[in-house]
Amino acid sequence: MPAGALCWLPVWRRNLQVWFKLAGPALVGNFGEPLLYLLGLGYGLGSLVGVIGELPYPVFLASGIICSSALFTASFEGMYSAYTRMAVQNTWEAMLATPLDVNDIVLGELIWGATKSLISAVAILTVAAALGAVDGWRALWALPAIFAAGLCFTAMALVIAGLAKNYDFFLYYNTLFVTPSLLLGGVFFPMDGLPPAVRAVAEWLPLTHTVAIVRPLMTGTALSDVSMHLIVLAFYGGVAYVTATALIRRRLHG
Amino acid sequence: MIEAKGLSKCYGKQRVVDALSLCVPAGICWGLLGPNGAGKTTFLRMLTGNTSLTAGRLRVLGYDVPREALKLRRRIGVVPQQDNLDVDFSVVENLRTYASYFGISRIELQPRISELLKFAALESRADSPITALSGGMQRRLSLARALVNEPKLLVLDEPTTGLDPQARQLIWQQLRALRARGLGLVLTTHYMEEATRLCDQVTIMDHGRILDSDSPKKLIARHIEAQVVEVYGTGLDSWHGAKGEALATRFERAGDTCFYYADDERPLLDALRDYPELSYLHRPANLEDVFLRLTGRELRDD
Ligand SMILES: Nc1ncnc2c1ncn2[C@@H]1O[C@H](COP(=O)(O)OP(=O)(O)OP(=O)(O)O)[C@@H](O)[C@H]1O
Ligand SMILES: [Mg+2]
Repeated sequence: MPAGALCWLPVWRRNLQVWFKLAGPALVGNFGEPLLYLLGLGYGLGSLVGVIGELPYPVFLASGIICSSALFTASFEGMYSAYTRMAVQNTWEAMLATPLDVNDIVLGELIWGATKSLISAVAILTVAAALGAVDGWRALWALPAIFAAGLCFTAMALVIAGLAKNYDFFLYYNTLFVTPSLLLGGVFFPMDGLPPAVRAVAEWLPLTHTVAIVRPLMTGTALSDVSMHLIVLAFYGGVAYVTATALIRRRLHG
Repeated sequence: MIEAKGLSKCYGKQRVVDALSLCVPAGICWGLLGPNGAGKTTFLRMLTGNTSLTAGRLRVLGYDVPREALKLRRRIGVVPQQDNLDVDFSVVENLRTYASYFGISRIELQPRISELLKFAALESRADSPITALSGGMQRRLSLARALVNEPKLLVLDEPTTGLDPQARQLIWQQLRALRARGLGLVLTTHYMEEATRLCDQVTIMDHGRILDSDSPKKLIARHIEAQVVEVYGTGLDSWHGAKGEALATRFERAGDTCFYYADDERPLLDALRDYPELSYLHRPANLEDVFLRLTGRELRDD
């Protein structure tokens, strides 16, 4: 038996093994999508935009979509995939007939969601580097930051999965949180131009804080307030993790 | 093996398990019977630490549940009412993945894989996806999967529901073999014949309460006259008024059939000769008679 602290490992490994089976199409998506975004939006739209600050638009964009992709990947995994395992395939029910506890399952899923974010980030970083949209080796530091953000986003999505009665429920979260994050979090354009009220909301989005750490690391611009941004992510992630565990425990153990 | 005292479970206002107290000795096959919604699955889920107790105390294999549920689950195997095999994996991958939840490595499990596949009669299906298996195959795999950790106690919720007679017979043989190896078995079933054949002791419950517990033989002897004559057909009412009611110790009417209970069936059978238009069936009393006597004949739609 894995030591107490590593009980989540078989849960994580199960998901990894399923991912391996479908790794082909998954990787095509992981590499293909950022390539299309960077070529299409980055250079196409970039020819109109020019530079943002001192950053060429493809460079600006690459450091944004690596963050939004972490959000999308983690949210999908924490909502749709986790819900399927919980409520449709009863995978978690099977796990709970073994010495695994709800804590182990939620932790395993959490780390798995972050792992998938990391996989997609590695793909995007590779594509961006190949297109010359990355500033040197320091960009590798973006990966642990993405992993941390992936933990936060997965935990939040697991709360929604814990509350959901069906798949339609996830539309609320997509519409009220994921899309606003994508559009307001500084992925496609800087937040400076937003109306003050909208900007005030955007400041609170975890994606905003992810971009604030990752963009300087990938583009070689000045990095500031790292610990503040990390604390915000840790706060959202921590509260969500505790809530998700409680919700899922109540749901599975009635 | 199981000790429960004042065990209760409420969902909102509904008491699904109601102050249940029982003691099941180690190593036997114990059957839990009851109509739909009686609380069998809920009780089994409490047993494995998967449902919180509203009240009462529960010890299984000497472990305090739910406090020591994780330690307990290391030593038991569970076959759930609804199969929850991992549809993303093949047959062998299911065994391996499930074993990994117990911390059993691939290498540790490897020598036992062929034994488990043989037990499930799935040797030729080792690499089949779960979705390609029939219901009976899935059930057998669920049973084999419950054995990966070499449990002391096996908990089976309706192990043969929905299976054809062949598959059911096979599972019975397997369960008897496990029982002979010293495994304790806890099972629920709606098939009284199954309970009679497999169980050393059965408990009949309804509305979360125990109605009676004993060996199938003793339950039959305690609650039912030894012989049953089922009579149906045209003229049932006139036969009943003229003969049946008086000749039987007890009778029950269910739709177009009348059940007559007696320790000596001969007077009934003799009298039936004069009513050639009636059909009848004579048989020894069985557990189903006890079950219906204790839980009533009405349909459960709760
Ligand atoms: N999670 C739950 N929330 C609310 N009510 C529940 C829950 N689980 C079970 N019940 C109710 O508890 C009662 C007992 O259910 P249970 O599944 O234990 O019955 P059972 O004896 O296993 O029935 P069956 O023979 O149909 O499997 C039913 O009325 C059911 O509706
Ligand atoms: Mg049940």
